[in-house]
Amino acid sequence: MNQEAIRDKLASRFGEDVIQAAKEFRAQFSVTVRPAGILNVSHFLKDDPELAFDFLSFVCAVDWYPNTPRFEVVYQLYSTRHNHRFRIRTILEDSASGPAAVDSVTPVWPTADWHERETAEMFGIKFRNHPDPRKLLLPDNWTVHPLRKDFPLEGTEEHTPDLPR
Amino acid sequence: MGIERHLNDTVHVTNLEWFVNWARKSSMWPLGFGLACCALEMIATFVSRYDLSRFGMEVARPSPRHADLMIVSGTASKKMIPAVRRIYEQMAEPRWVVAMGACACTGGIYRNYAVVQGIDRHLPVDVYIPGCPPRPEALLDGILQLHAKVLREQSLKNPRITQVKVAGT
Amino acid sequence: MPEIASQIAEAGVETMEINLGPHHPSTHGVFRAVVELDGEIVLNVVPHLGYLHRGFEKTCENKHYHQVIPLTERCDYMGASSNSLVYCMCVEKILDVDVPARAQVIRVMMAELSRIFSHLFWLGTHGHDVGAMTPLFYCLREREEIMNLFELTAGGRLMPTYLRIGGLIRDLEEGFPEKLRAFTDHFDRRVDEYETLLTKNAIYVDRTKGIGLLPLKDAVDLGASGPMIRASGMAWDVRKREPYCGYEDYDFDVPVEYGCDVYSRYLVRIREMRESNRILKQALDRLPDGPIRAQKAGVIFPPQEDIYTRMESLIHHFMLVVEGLKPPTGDYYQCIESPRGELGCYIVSDGGPKPYRLKWRAPAFVNLESLAKMSKGAFFADLIAILSSVDIVLAEVDR
Repeated sequence: MNQEAIRDKLASRFGEDVIQAAKEFRAQFSVTVRPAGILNVSHFLKDDPELAFDFLSFVCAVDWYPNTPRFEVVYQLYSTRHNHRFRIRTILEDSASGPAAVDSVTPVWPTADWHERETAEMFGIKFRNHPDPRKLLLPDNWTVHPLRKDFPLEGTEEHTPDLPR
Repeated sequence: MGIERHLNDTVHVTNLEWFVNWARKSSMWPLGFGLACCALEMIATFVSRYDLSRFGMEVARPSPRHADLMIVSGTASKKMIPAVRRIYEQMAEPRWVVAMGACACTGGIYRNYAVVQGIDRHLPVDVYIPGCPPRPEALLDGILQLHAKVLREQSLKNPRITQVKVAGT
Repeated sequence: MPEIASQIAEAGVETMEINLGPHHPSTHGVFRAVVELDGEIVLNVVPHLGYLHRGFEKTCENKHYHQVIPLTERCDYMGASSNSLVYCMCVEKILDVDVPARAQVIRVMMAELSRIFSHLFWLGTHGHDVGAMTPLFYCLREREEIMNLFELTAGGRLMPTYLRIGGLIRDLEEGFPEKLRAFTDHFDRRVDEYETLLTKNAIYVDRTKGIGLLPLKDAVDLGASGPMIRASGMAWDVRKREPYCGYEDYDFDVPVEYGCDVYSRYLVRIREMRESNRILKQALDRLPDGPIRAQKAGVIFPPQEDIYTRMESLIHHFMLVVEGLKPPTGDYYQCIESPRGELGCYIVSDGGPKPYRLKWRAPAFVNLESLAKMSKGAFFADLIAILSSVDIVLAEVDR
């Protein structure tokens, strides 16, 4: 199934209140989904027999600081049965109270577990209902989120010291 | 010397300090502390083509209690450095450290929040071997320079006691 | 004595938690796992990662597109040329640049040599973990020959950094095709030697057959790819299903096993080495003449001769080095079949000279997620065999 057909199928199944936009670049399509609908769209993408996206390649986030809303979470999908790829993204709304949050897709694709843990610690995004929201790659006592654009590359002596205090 | 010639050069006369140094450098057991890519070149130095066992060093012990030389090969990340320090503390005196590769010497190409900018911030390094990764010949050269350094040491008059560095110095 | 029996019944079963790593001879680098044991049986394995986290993705956001290439090679240091291949292909797609045919064939040669390179080291260390010390020395002998070939291309034994955006840095040395042909001629017999040591070895088969089972559904759910999923019965190879670099023109098979265990992964990797040798022979036969780098002013480095003789080329080269290339705005995901599985590079470009976001989809990272599932109920000694069959490279896992 080519990517345009997938995008059309998604758009026809879910209306405007779920599908925000669609983009195409160099023959790769991606669809922007509202954060509230991400679980429904994920279940549909996996369970629909024509789409059958059973393999999640990765989950990552992009920080568009200083634009608001700031964070965008990208999901890259692959169907091992039909051999087609697709990308969905969701733009998280900033919230005044607490970090930007989105539902975890681990009920749909269990492999999202570690991807979401890494994204959460690197960007400070919260994945609701994640089975194991611990830090993955960074030392346990660090409180900063290094991949944010306003965090310096060299780190800071106060937040990223050589040795834990 | 006189007495050696009389005994047909079957005896070698020297001082105790030289003898101790010679024994130490001839069978220095490395602690295979491979962290990253440099570990592959370290392993290549151990096997047949470059053969570290010519220098008495093929006994690479995984346990720091048995080892004399810590070859820090690869990047020390900030999460790993407490473990590196603890392993160094477990090694018995006399102990030496070789910083192999650019990342161990100065942090290498990773000048960022996650990498210790040189393990000499935490351990007393004896020989620095630059390269990314250094060729096995470079590692051998560094080890031979370390052997020469050990031969020159005043191991009895001024025995070396080394410590991990205090954090922040 | 009934009191003691009731005391024992009351006390219950206590499990033991053992810390494996980060400094351990068998963990293939700085990997730490906290293993919960009931006697010798593994109940749960919780990996603790990050001991080699080097801030790769953030560093790439601060470098020009060309400066990122050496960084990518150090991610999967066992098969370094696959990394720069996927990165260069991703940037070339964003720039909409076609790589000339000679460069494509040489890239395939480097990719397959990297595959053999990586599988040889895996075979040696896997045998070492399981108790067979001999294959390590045999495999490292072959790796030295391949390192000689890498050195001929661009000077580096381990990380040649031979690929560039648009093609290659320079053409092959004289004598490289002959040396590569000599290697491919005798490599099949060498693989036969390794098989003699392990494939029908009763001890090896006992230690690996039926160990570390990963059924196909779990493999897909947990994102396993590469030899892990091919040993569980799915013939998924990115080179066949989504061909790149001209792979659709080469004649090779995708080895599949249905055992889902450590032994099947071993068989898949051995056969992959043979298939890579086949591809190398075909690549040597079809090596065409021609340029080794695309020509696109302002974006790809001009050929060396032009820089020294023509003014525009000199200026373009200068601007490229000082200011960097400026691709169009957009995002692209490119994946290839690395020795470990689906290696992907997702770049978000904002039009500037540095990648706005570079996400490295590391196959070893995702394959490691299935460790807990595969080791439940296994003996502790088998945990080491299972871990080595995942074929992790910590630099890729932690980035």
